[in-house]
Amino acid sequence: MTEVLIIGAGPAGLAAATAARRSGARVVVLDAAEDVGGQYWRHLPAQRPAAREQVLHHGWSRFTALRRELTGVEIVTGAQVWLAERHDDRPPTVHVLVGPADGRDREQRTFEPDALVLATGAYERTLPFPGWDLPGVFTAGAAQALAKAERVAVGRRVLVAGAGPFLLPVASSLIRTGARVVRVLEAGGWGRLGRAWTARPTELLGASHKAGELAGYVRDLARHRIPYRVATGVIAVHGRDRVEEVTVARLDAQWAPVPGTSQRVAVDAVCVSHGFLPRAELAVAAGCVTGPEGAVAVDGDCRTSVPGVFAAGEITGIGGADLALAEGTLAGTAAAGAAPTQAQRRAVLTHQRFAARLSDGHGIRPGWTGWVADDTLICRCEEVTAGELRDIATATGSRGLRSLKLSTRAGLGVCQGRVCGRSVEELLDRTTGGLLDPGRTAARPLAGLVRLGELARMQGDTE
Amino acid sequence: MTTTGPARIGPADDPVQPGDAAEIVVLVDDVPVAGLAGQTIAGVLMGAGRQSWRTTARQGRPRGVFCGIGVCFDCLVTVNGLRDVRACQRRAADGDEVSTHD
Ligand SMILES: Cc1cc2nc3c(=O)[nH]c(=O)nc-3n(C[C@H](O)[C@H](O)[C@H](O)COP(=O)(O)OP(=O)(O)OC[C@H]3O[C@@H](n4cnc5c(N)ncnc54)[C@H](O)[C@@H]3O)c2cc1C
Ligand code: FES
Repeated sequence: MTEVLIIGAGPAGLAAATAARRSGARVVVLDAAEDVGGQYWRHLPAQRPAAREQVLHHGWSRFTALRRELTGVEIVTGAQVWLAERHDDRPPTVHVLVGPADGRDREQRTFEPDALVLATGAYERTLPFPGWDLPGVFTAGAAQALAKAERVAVGRRVLVAGAGPFLLPVASSLIRTGARVVRVLEAGGWGRLGRAWTARPTELLGASHKAGELAGYVRDLARHRIPYRVATGVIAVHGRDRVEEVTVARLDAQWAPVPGTSQRVAVDAVCVSHGFLPRAELAVAAGCVTGPEGAVAVDGDCRTSVPGVFAAGEITGIGGADLALAEGTLAGTAAAGAAPTQAQRRAVLTHQRFAARLSDGHGIRPGWTGWVADDTLICRCEEVTAGELRDIATATGSRGLRSLKLSTRAGLGVCQGRVCGRSVEELLDRTTGGLLDPGRTAARPLAGLVRLGELARMQGDTE
Repeated sequence: MTTTGPARIGPADDPVQPGDAAEIVVLVDDVPVAGLAGQTIAGVLMGAGRQSWRTTARQGRPRGVFCGIGVCFDCLVTVNGLRDVRACQRRAADGDEVSTHD
């Protein structure tokens, strides 16, 4: 029997697991979280089961149906995959630590699957702005995660800003968690959004379920009289030890703040998301080819460039939960050695068109550097400012990203550049007139934090 | 009760209707803080109104949760003597000793 190992139990991983199982494979699913569902279906823990979880989730019944179908699948939660060790002649060996997050005595497990499905999702990209390191500034996903899994609202008067349709469910969850949402600000302008969302309307029919979901969020904003502004963004946050006010301003088509349009708003929390980045470090370690945006390259059946390794969901490109589900089904079927149906392949294409609109309408524009001041932190871990980055680049005359990172320490902190990597690269690219080695911020040998003691113990085990 | 900052919605007001959960207590820098079984350490702290707990090395600035999903490492705490535990990822256990200074 083919053994299929799936990393990630979000929409993509769960769809892959059920599809692989239906195709007759033995299936194991690993997820670092304590529960299945991924980011989309994050929910209250088993210790506090909710009677009406669907209040915070579209498609909750789809999740409960998938979960029921998982009988016979081995699910390992609290499983941090930290290394995919590549081989020339077979899929990678997968190294996992199982136990409480960042614990010291976790159980070490390794897997040698016949086929591997990577479904590790995405994390957010939040552009830096003055004051974004103050407590009370959150990624929009943090607000969503705390609302869904903790029933905690990140603040009482909250402003939601950034780009993309994701801002809408975040606002809805905040309202349902007791917060007052004072505004939702979308950086994209109506011109661009309108072109992206209304061109070729028939293409959207296949994604009509998604359109209905978005319409529901818009009704929520209207019912609660929450202003939704386009071509507008947060350009600074103020406060001594916590957020007290934000400055919002109109943004031009390139997202540069329009002079004379700024306004201060009192809030105790601000949630900002400018998009998502594929969480592709395991795929990179496994040797999979990635595209320009860091997404794992796949063929029509979700095969990566490495034989026996498949990828599905946000790591193949940002497209939302419906696309993740459709890709997961393809990947799971193919990984089990069965042939996907034409209908399954068509489902992926339909949702990919929807994804293309996301990036047409909401993709990051270069003008954002216009709101960055010299003393704005860029690297949160190593506390490196934009001014320091520019000064060192100018003083050394270097155009090498690697050497500039070493001399500034930007992107070399404990998050391994996941939060600031792209922004450091874009700023330096601008300052130096073009980096010689762009894209180097994406390579990370380890996908998770491993303690030296744990490493030493593994060494002892293998000797 | 404070009127700014993070807060956990009370069960009576909660449209999600969470079931009853056991109360747990964690000691944060020796001060007892109440939470619910199944919450993360960050969830317990923020549910109790706390917005920040760590201090940065270089500039001595306060930090709390930023990404909420284990990516940014802003939320680090020491748990039962073990440093560098991400508060947003670690489930709190009754009696956990959490230290915000390392
Ligand atoms: C914080 C956050 C909240 C979001 N909320 C919403 C929302 O409310 N609505 C919406 O439409 N979209 C939301 N999204 C967008 C989301 O990315 C997709 O809609 C959807 O969840 C993607 O599904 P996926 O299966 O590709 O990935 P995910 O759902 O992200 O699942 C990936 C899983 O892989 C696991 N994983 C990753 N790396 C490892 C590793 N090294 N070891 C073990 N496990 C690992 C993660 O724990 C995670 O559970 C959110 C994204 C983020 C980052
Ligand atoms: S808040 Fe980012 S790792 Fe915990």
